[in-house]
Amino acid sequence: MSTTGMLAAAGGSTPSIPAPHIEYGQLSPMLVVFGAAVAGILVEAFVPRRYRHWTQVSLALAGLIGSFVAVVVLAAQGYGSTKVDLLAMESVALDGPALFLQGVILLAAVVAVLTYAERKLEPKAGGLPADAFAAQAAATPGGEQERAALRAGFATSEVFPLTMFAVGGMLLFPAANDLLTMFVALEVFSLPLYLLCALARRRRLLSQEAAVKYFLLGAFASAFFLFGTALLYGYAGSVKLGDISDVISGKAMTTPALLSTTQNDALLLIGLAMLAVGLLFKVGAVPFHSWIPDVYQGAPTPVTGFMAAATKVAAFGAFLRLFYVAFPGLRLDWRPVLWGVAILTMVVGAVLAVTQQDVKRLLAYSSIAHAGFILTGVIATNKQGLSSVLFYLLSYSFVTLGAFAVVTLVRDSKGEATHLSSWAGLGRRSPLVAAVFALFLLAFAGIPLTSGFTGKFAVFQAAAAGGATPLVVVGVLSSAVAAFFYIRVIVLMFFSDPKPGGPTVAIPSAFTATAIGAGVLVTLGLGLLPQYFLDLASKAALFVR
Amino acid sequence: MSALLTVTCAVPAAGAVLTAALPAGSTEARRSTTKAVALGVSAVTLVLAAVVATRFDPHGARYQLTESYSWIRSFGITFSLGVDGIGAVLALLTAVLVPVVMLASWHDADPAPVAPDGTFENRRRTQGFFALILAVEAMVIVSFYATDVFLFYVFFEAMLIPMYFLIGGFGDRAGGPEAARQRSYAAVKFLLYNLLGGLVMLAAVIGLYVIAQDQGLGTFDLQTLTSAIADGKLQLTGTAEKALFLGFFFAFAVKAPLWPLHTWLPNAMGEATAGTAVLITAVVDKVGTFAMLRFCLGLFPDASKTFAPAILVLSVIGIIYGALLAVGQKDIKRLVAYASISHFGFIIMGIFALTSQGQSGATLYMVNHGISTAAWMLVAGFLISRRGSRLIADYGGVQKVAPVLAGTFLVGGLATLSLPGLAPFVSEFLVLVGTFTRYPAIGIVATFGIVLAALYALLLYQRTMTGPVKAEVSTMPDLKVRELAVVAPLVALTILLGVYPKPLTDLVNPSVNATLSQVHETDPAPAHPVAATSGGEQK
Repeated sequence: MSTTGMLAAAGGSTPSIPAPHIEYGQLSPMLVVFGAAVAGILVEAFVPRRYRHWTQVSLALAGLIGSFVAVVVLAAQGYGSTKVDLLAMESVALDGPALFLQGVILLAAVVAVLTYAERKLEPKAGGLPADAFAAQAAATPGGEQERAALRAGFATSEVFPLTMFAVGGMLLFPAANDLLTMFVALEVFSLPLYLLCALARRRRLLSQEAAVKYFLLGAFASAFFLFGTALLYGYAGSVKLGDISDVISGKAMTTPALLSTTQNDALLLIGLAMLAVGLLFKVGAVPFHSWIPDVYQGAPTPVTGFMAAATKVAAFGAFLRLFYVAFPGLRLDWRPVLWGVAILTMVVGAVLAVTQQDVKRLLAYSSIAHAGFILTGVIATNKQGLSSVLFYLLSYSFVTLGAFAVVTLVRDSKGEATHLSSWAGLGRRSPLVAAVFALFLLAFAGIPLTSGFTGKFAVFQAAAAGGATPLVVVGVLSSAVAAFFYIRVIVLMFFSDPKPGGPTVAIPSAFTATAIGAGVLVTLGLGLLPQYFLDLASKAALFVR
Repeated sequence: MSALLTVTCAVPAAGAVLTAALPAGSTEARRSTTKAVALGVSAVTLVLAAVVATRFDPHGARYQLTESYSWIRSFGITFSLGVDGIGAVLALLTAVLVPVVMLASWHDADPAPVAPDGTFENRRRTQGFFALILAVEAMVIVSFYATDVFLFYVFFEAMLIPMYFLIGGFGDRAGGPEAARQRSYAAVKFLLYNLLGGLVMLAAVIGLYVIAQDQGLGTFDLQTLTSAIADGKLQLTGTAEKALFLGFFFAFAVKAPLWPLHTWLPNAMGEATAGTAVLITAVVDKVGTFAMLRFCLGLFPDASKTFAPAILVLSVIGIIYGALLAVGQKDIKRLVAYASISHFGFIIMGIFALTSQGQSGATLYMVNHGISTAAWMLVAGFLISRRGSRLIADYGGVQKVAPVLAGTFLVGGLATLSLPGLAPFVSEFLVLVGTFTRYPAIGIVATFGIVLAALYALLLYQRTMTGPVKAEVSTMPDLKVRELAVVAPLVALTILLGVYPKPLTDLVNPSVNATLSQVHETDPAPAHPVAATSGGEQK
């Protein structure tokens, strides 16, 4: 979209139209995923219904793993550590943070797709195995059409291509080197997510409500982002992050036009603030967090897990690039604001979580609090800050995916039993599942020997080194508050008596089991032996300009 | 570089994993296997800890048997272990108490007969209980051996989790839902208090690292840090040092526990099984007082001196307050808990009196309190399990029906009140003398703690064991062989260390003097002949 726009503009003034130079090899991680997404649409059109599920699952996994291999190959060629590049007419960056976060997003997506593929938990519909998604999304909830769809054993296997499109957008988002590409990426990954949220098989009204809320608020946030882009273009005469930074620091060539606009700091500051609103919405920071609990609760749980992990990674990636590449010169202006946002986010997330009665809402508030912890790393504005945020995102996304995967297992006759009271005594009936969930909760709480602790230590240490000691103190205290509600769930699971007629723990297929296993492995691995990944994050912690 | 210390830590850790993985305890035979394996592992650990203590040369280097492995290079964190006399003795104490506690808790974690309405009872209870005890043991021993501040912190915090499950998950089942509610409240209170302390310490740990890193010392190695602080390579400003000291001290004072941060202890010890209560007060809490000696004094010598008077005042309040509340308790286990708070006051007072007698007294006190409280508490546990009540008023005249039980209970009580000839007397005397030489007023007030100790210990004995035999008590059996095997080594140690504490003092004294020299503190000139006579005891 941005390329076409620029070509049209160029075509008006000069007769020669330069053909854009596209580095297909370096862009392959994104191209593979988008290709798999398009192929997925074709599968929907041409493959018979009973083969669709497996075709889609294999296609999605193959696309994601292929893309991950491409990321690894690029990293092995030295991209991100010894060399960096700007691709597709300088609109996409190929550097350490981009590759690292793309790797994390892809791994998280693999785990998420495994939970999507689970078909052993729901009772069969129409004689066919059913997954967590609505039989026919367009059917009115509870209506005759829906019953017919259920009888026929329909399934919304479009979730796989939709997810692949979202993943593609997420890969582009932290790599986008200009504001327009960033905006396009934002839309590309947000729109499929809005749809995915509406597709829950059970409690469809709640799911649709969540999707509408997410869409309306998300659209507002995108509009803010776009308006901010326009204002910054007005200020700096460019949407490229590097150019904006040069104009702000006065290194750019001064033209008469620039001279007149750069006088106007209002354009710059309001533009920056609007960009920040758009991104803070996506990461779920207070006061732009209100969508998170509703959407996390209403969306199908596998989608919630995917959103909570991958969206956060992508959004923080873009956030870091924007603030570290385009606006380092304005550090003194945005740091105090982000201080306030981070403190609010940590405190509000932790305190409101204490009163929650639903597991998914509890995890939603916990994700808000974690956004606050990650922000403390962003605020550090040093290399440690960058690498610690990268590491934190890696560890957090796997804990989150694992935790939501466990939530899909605890079920009663109405589907997932997410009300906390029904989790009472789970530890006595299913010690293993309860122990695994307790491990994830302890990692969220940042107890040593789990990945959560290593991540928290890294961001707090970076923040302290960056002169944000009060933030560390607030972070530590809100960790204590947060620990309270994680512990409350553990108490409920292990020390309360199970209710008769309470939920049972379903035995999952190998898909969900693998997803949970991956979560456990990464949680313990990054807690006990994090050195390799800390090194990786530290090597990756340099943005291309 | 021998791997003796790592092995000593790894054996109980591996044992915990092994025990947890054993087949579920649905039959008596399987449960016995589990228990035997756990007990065997703890016995091997005891041997190893004893080897460490004997291989430690009191006249050699400050830290011995040192090992260091790279762990998290990015933050200068190493897996470094090493012992000084204090760590060796306390690890040995832990290794002695754990098998004793296991033996005492032999049937505490047997699954209840399956209820008529289904299969709610957890069949892995036994495995879980013994695995958790071994996990606590491993983590405590790592804390005593750790010579890396971060490594210490990690295990200091991590041990809360198995401890929390021990408190909340296991207790007498007779109490019903109300007891279960109390128990989970106690477990949560324990965890939140200690977690808050730990998180405050985390902020201080990060602060220390960032300051050290700014001055080119990006390391958590204790010896590097202490020597850098001693020779001025690492400069802490006054405010920074005080803030960091308070961050560390807060965590240790919650764990120890020091008045007014003690309120979790009576809940936890009251609701947990007697064995778990012993683990809390005699093993886990010792890490707090030990860490005051090793980390607060070693890393922040000036701040330690600044805050010493204030801490002494708090510890004396703790001595008197704990003892007074112990006198007024109606519940046997809570009485022992308040008595422990009083004793922890003595230990902390001995540490921060900053005299060699005070500190070696405090170290001995940690050992002696561990042994004597274990004896007292475990016998109390046997008593309670026979009658099914923790209330003092439900007992009377037990010594006529169960004389051995009553006799050992008396020994435990007498040790607690520091009867001369029993081990705690030596340490309490040293602490008081050590405090008196520097702060006479505080020493005098603390002495009233001994009087109150006589009151609560003897009143408890009188109310439960003497007098007319109550009806419910009349059929009470005396101690069984297993229970005798629990009490006998503890009573023997109490007497042995009371008569002949020299092996312990020999191990401990050089390390204490090294700690004191870090604070640039020497004993005040003896103004009283008392100091001279106690010197004989130290040698």
